[in-house]
Amino acid sequence: MNKHLKSADETAERIIEWAEAERLETCFERAEKMKPCPIGSSGACCKVCHMGPCRLVGKDAEEKARGVCGATLPTVAARNMARMIAGGTAAHSDHARDMAYTLLAVADGEAKDFKITDVKKLYRVAGYLNIEFEGRPVNDVARDVAVKLIEDFGRQKGEINYLSRAPKKTQERWKKWGIAPRGIDREVVEVMHRTTMGVDHEPDHILMGGLRTALADGWGGCMISTDITDILFGTPAPVKAEASFGIFKEDEVNLVVHGHEPTLAEMIVEVVSEPELIAYAQSKGAKGINLGGMCCTANEVLMRHGIPTAGGFTNQELGILTGLVDALTVDVQCIMPAVAELSKKFHTKVITTSEKAKMPGAMHVEYDEHNAKDVARNIVRIACDNFPNRTKKGSHVTDKFPVIAGFSHEYIEYMQGGRWRASFRPLNDAIMAGRVRGVVGLAGCDNPRVPSTGLHRFLATELIKNDVLIVSTGCGSAACGTAGYLTPEMALENAGPGLREVCEAIGIPPILHLGACVDNSRILTIASAMAAEGGLSDEIGGMPAVGIAPEWMSEKAIAIGCYFAASGFPVIFGGESPVGASEEVTKIMTEVWFERFRGALHFEPDPEKILELTLDYIDKARSALKLKKYEPGKFGAERVLMDMAARREIERAAKPHIGL
Amino acid sequence: MSKLIASAAIRGANGLVAQAEEMVEKAIAEKGKDFAFEFPDTAYYLPMIYAMTGFPVKTVGDMKAALGFAKELLHDEPEDNIWKPYLGEALDSGMATLFAEEIILAIKYIYGLEPVKDPDTGYVYNGFITDTIQRNLGIQLVDGTMPGFAAIIGAAPTDDIAVNICRELQEKNILTFLSGQSNGDSVTKQLQRKGIELGWDTRIVPLGPDTEHTLYALDWAIRASLIFGGKKAGDFKEHLKYQKDRVFAFAVVLGPPDDIKWSTGAGAINMGFPAVCDTDVPVIHPTGVCIYEEVDKEFDHAKIVQKAIEVRGLKIIVEKPPIPVAYGPAFEGERIRKEDMFIEFGGQRTPAFEWARMRELEDVEDGKIAIVGANVQERYEQGGQMPLGIVIDVAGRKMQKDFESIVERKIHHNINEAQGLWHMGQRDVNWVRISKAAKGSGITLEDIGIIQATMVKHRFKSIVDKVQVTLYTDEADVNRLRDEARAAYKERDHRLGALTDDAVDTFYSCLLCQSFAPAHVCVITPERLGLCGAYNWLDGKAAYEIDPTGGNQPVPKGELLDPKFGRYTGVDDYLKKASGGAVETLNLYTIMENPMTSCGCFECIVAIIPEANGVMIVNRGATMMTPIGMKFSTLAGTVGGGAQTPGFMGIGVNFITSKKFLSGDGGVKRIVWMPKALKERIAEDFKRNAEDAGVPDLLDKIADETICEDSEKLLEYLTSVGHPALEMDPMF
Repeated sequence: MNKHLKSADETAERIIEWAEAERLETCFERAEKMKPCPIGSSGACCKVCHMGPCRLVGKDAEEKARGVCGATLPTVAARNMARMIAGGTAAHSDHARDMAYTLLAVADGEAKDFKITDVKKLYRVAGYLNIEFEGRPVNDVARDVAVKLIEDFGRQKGEINYLSRAPKKTQERWKKWGIAPRGIDREVVEVMHRTTMGVDHEPDHILMGGLRTALADGWGGCMISTDITDILFGTPAPVKAEASFGIFKEDEVNLVVHGHEPTLAEMIVEVVSEPELIAYAQSKGAKGINLGGMCCTANEVLMRHGIPTAGGFTNQELGILTGLVDALTVDVQCIMPAVAELSKKFHTKVITTSEKAKMPGAMHVEYDEHNAKDVARNIVRIACDNFPNRTKKGSHVTDKFPVIAGFSHEYIEYMQGGRWRASFRPLNDAIMAGRVRGVVGLAGCDNPRVPSTGLHRFLATELIKNDVLIVSTGCGSAACGTAGYLTPEMALENAGPGLREVCEAIGIPPILHLGACVDNSRILTIASAMAAEGGLSDEIGGMPAVGIAPEWMSEKAIAIGCYFAASGFPVIFGGESPVGASEEVTKIMTEVWFERFRGALHFEPDPEKILELTLDYIDKARSALKLKKYEPGKFGAERVLMDMAARREIERAAKPHIGL
Repeated sequence: MSKLIASAAIRGANGLVAQAEEMVEKAIAEKGKDFAFEFPDTAYYLPMIYAMTGFPVKTVGDMKAALGFAKELLHDEPEDNIWKPYLGEALDSGMATLFAEEIILAIKYIYGLEPVKDPDTGYVYNGFITDTIQRNLGIQLVDGTMPGFAAIIGAAPTDDIAVNICRELQEKNILTFLSGQSNGDSVTKQLQRKGIELGWDTRIVPLGPDTEHTLYALDWAIRASLIFGGKKAGDFKEHLKYQKDRVFAFAVVLGPPDDIKWSTGAGAINMGFPAVCDTDVPVIHPTGVCIYEEVDKEFDHAKIVQKAIEVRGLKIIVEKPPIPVAYGPAFEGERIRKEDMFIEFGGQRTPAFEWARMRELEDVEDGKIAIVGANVQERYEQGGQMPLGIVIDVAGRKMQKDFESIVERKIHHNINEAQGLWHMGQRDVNWVRISKAAKGSGITLEDIGIIQATMVKHRFKSIVDKVQVTLYTDEADVNRLRDEARAAYKERDHRLGALTDDAVDTFYSCLLCQSFAPAHVCVITPERLGLCGAYNWLDGKAAYEIDPTGGNQPVPKGELLDPKFGRYTGVDDYLKKASGGAVETLNLYTIMENPMTSCGCFECIVAIIPEANGVMIVNRGATMMTPIGMKFSTLAGTVGGGAQTPGFMGIGVNFITSKKFLSGDGGVKRIVWMPKALKERIAEDFKRNAEDAGVPDLLDKIADETICEDSEKLLEYLTSVGHPALEMDPMF
């Protein structure tokens, strides 16, 4: 069988084949037709001024190649990398800014359709921010929280608020190397300045500026977004849902929310169950309204409401190709303009909703937080109105898979001990005892340049077989969900013996769906909690944990990869390296960063090698922590039996392995 | 798989909470919501609910409110396929179960249904465990003689297996609670059928016939962190951490578990207590909630106790002399009735004495057991009565004359801990019995010597290098040597009397309780024994010699800063270190300023009565109301956990008759009230103190519960008898 697979997802592949037969173009075909530019893709193209673009190529380019201004290849590659970080940080953080202003509007009573859903979380966040909350009206606390978090965007001096949530030692590394971010916007602006024509030319220096910006993304934008979304819409707890294209219903209005922001989607979730709207749908001949999601807006409403997902990034065109989507609303980020064009071949209405994002060929219904529900109802009606226009045309696939999602930091803590004994002790114990070899954050996009979602699938199955617990976000979660991996049965059938025991004890899938790509911030706080719990590393660096984005494509992924690295995670990205042209930059991002932060950012196209490198990092971290050598099926803590003298010493002796 | 356990626990909790709710509604309807309730003799309301939530349940109406907490913890059972996580939910359900069980048992108390009386045998189960029992056992919890606790739930496959399991637990010094049934049978009934003595004395305590009665054991456990740990009610994280780290309890589940057993077990797992079952149950091996496994199984009943002990992470070192009967503190409380007795010695029936004496190394033949007397074997075999002089000769490079009395005091425990042997009294008023059963097992007279030789060496290792035991059985020998011994006792007492705080330069600390009360430090001086009454200055000194890194450490007095209140630089320096900074300074002879802290196992509490310008003393076990409006149990709740509480202090009984008793505050003349029984107990020694204080009839001027139980009447009485406290300087 030499057939070239475009997607590792059999259902997706069927739709792609159908599309090809129908001569309908998708990203898969375009990716095949247009190879990446070899100069730009390896970081050797400089186009920051109009003397160029300059190509820094040729024999010994690292040493000899110069742009017109004299910029070397390492300078150019580093600048390109830093600009990607800035782009990604701007994306997450602008999303976070909107969330913060929504919270402020709610607190001020200006966004009547929203409310503070999770007061406990609000108080917890107020606690992080040293905001008094006891005995105060909830809205007053919310206002203070919003205002204080908004300060993080425009702050010119000092440090962003949430850095203090990192382990002390991690913070010290940031201070020592001068990369503690001041304000989110300032860091983005500064990197754009430093990397414009004729400013910063030292590769290491440029990249340190990049890391500072990335930290503003992780511990700023992303974390702010996660927290405020939890406050407004509830901190996720496990939900049972479904994934893949089979979630679309033949006899109901199919409305899909796609993009990254949860606010409008949440309103749509609320209004679709309104009897008037259901009656409206019925008046159009549908049995009801079926709401589905796509990409990270899907993850947001899946985590909180169990709204089914049609999958990740590369599924967006395929959704339209089913012929079943009556309306596709999009907000921001990762929306292929192709959907608008493709929708014209079907009855599907593509609706842009963000004031920031419009698309030729799409209709625009602008979201406004002041009358959010009305906008939502309007969109639902548009979808209903479009239902009668549905034709038989389409691939009409029905496969879908069950999913357990909803693993917030808070729930992960809870699930290990319940309300009374919630902690990360069991997870740390399991790692120490060798039941769990290590933890991998499987994140990032899915990508048509490889058999889409295939690298996720390969790594997910191999890692859990090797007793590695996976936490997934964004389209990594979607890839695992549409593969049917996000079930507890997956642990029983496919996990290694130690991981299986842990999953069985708690009742969890071996892959925990943490949320959207902004929710990678949950991985930061989880790692910080594990460090605080004791028995492993006392900082994020040094944990037997690795971040992987095997099919990344977005600048946001680069920002995430870099804030992981600067926080102390070794990170491995799939695909060809965007700085691959420069040995020096590659070395800085791996060896130098590892020395400074115990994190790194590798690019490795070969999935087998990604796996090997991941396990190697994990095993080396285990060995550095003097943990039990990992051996499959051989685990268990060595019992320390306590006599009375030992018990008297409990208070004085540090006994991380038996803390609460 | 563990989903099965979670499902059962969640189901069990839902059922029990519903049952509790029904019972509460009925009780409110019948008794009214303001109907007051408290478990017998506890200051901690419904202890589990109180410790976890801080909510004191005082009435039936409060129970309804408390049940609200339980309801919040209920969940749905996990689905058969594609289930959501269940561990946290199951543990919540476990806690809900404990709350519900506590309320159910409380209501049963209200209706007189607790403690349960067996309808067939009339046996009355223990029911709720009082604070007093808990405090009585205090020192045993910390000195290693009661290192752990087992809850056996259900019934063994046979009576013999039940006996074997309990015997093994006894031999390992574990305190065992029995509850629940399996197939209509229970370990309690199994042991009763085998004639095994049950109760606190033998460390096998049947709590009740149902699984729910296991809650009494957990209520006992949770009070350890309230009483000894000083953890605040409602600070559940601290309580549960304490339970997991310090309370070495575990469950042995005999017979197939049902929903209620699983849900009660899930409650116990919250506390870090694992369960080991003898049936083919799912296991939960990953650690972190418990220190090791949460649920495990062991089909071999000969191994189940050892397995449970290991799963709990408990180290037990048992020294057993080579004798043909079981041995351990659990057998100490056994009684031997006359009809069960084979032979006895002393007890005013025959001449007898026991005497430990220090000899030179070359004069002692290590391990020699000599029995002196005519036809000894023959006379022993006849049973009945015999004279007995026990002389223990010890020698060692670090042995001191002062340690003789300490070695000698252990003779009592040494003999008593043998199953079927019984000992009472001391010196020349001792009394020993050997039961028919023990004789049947092959106990000989020589075994009494073997026990002493083995245990003296074990207990006093590094002091005693050589030990030899001689047993005299002829009346003439016994009488002659008893006279020698009496002279030695007298000399010893005289020397002890000369030991004063001023005469020594070193005090001793006692940190034994730090396994339970980590911030508490006892400072033991020649004139102030430990507050538990179990350790005096010589004990501390000997213990330090035995184990220089152990629980008793020398405290150099240093410079005397305050002769009146008894404050020393050395003591302060030591305290800061040993209490982990919790206590900065200590005054030995006053209750008013920086007094000694308490762990919780004090024999008495001294508390000021400001209006009487004096103090009252109430002893553990006294249940009457005191003039300050609190019973011992409530008062005890305010002292303990290693905190200094001016005006309140825990002490050992014998401190009352010390010259240093509150000497900075005016001494014994400050005492205005004591329970009658306590007055009688100390009368003889107190007299001397009273005379020294210039008030020979002081004891009569001290009120007791027969005179008054409130402060108004107390004042009337004190005035009428002219109690000296009224004329003294104000205490404040």
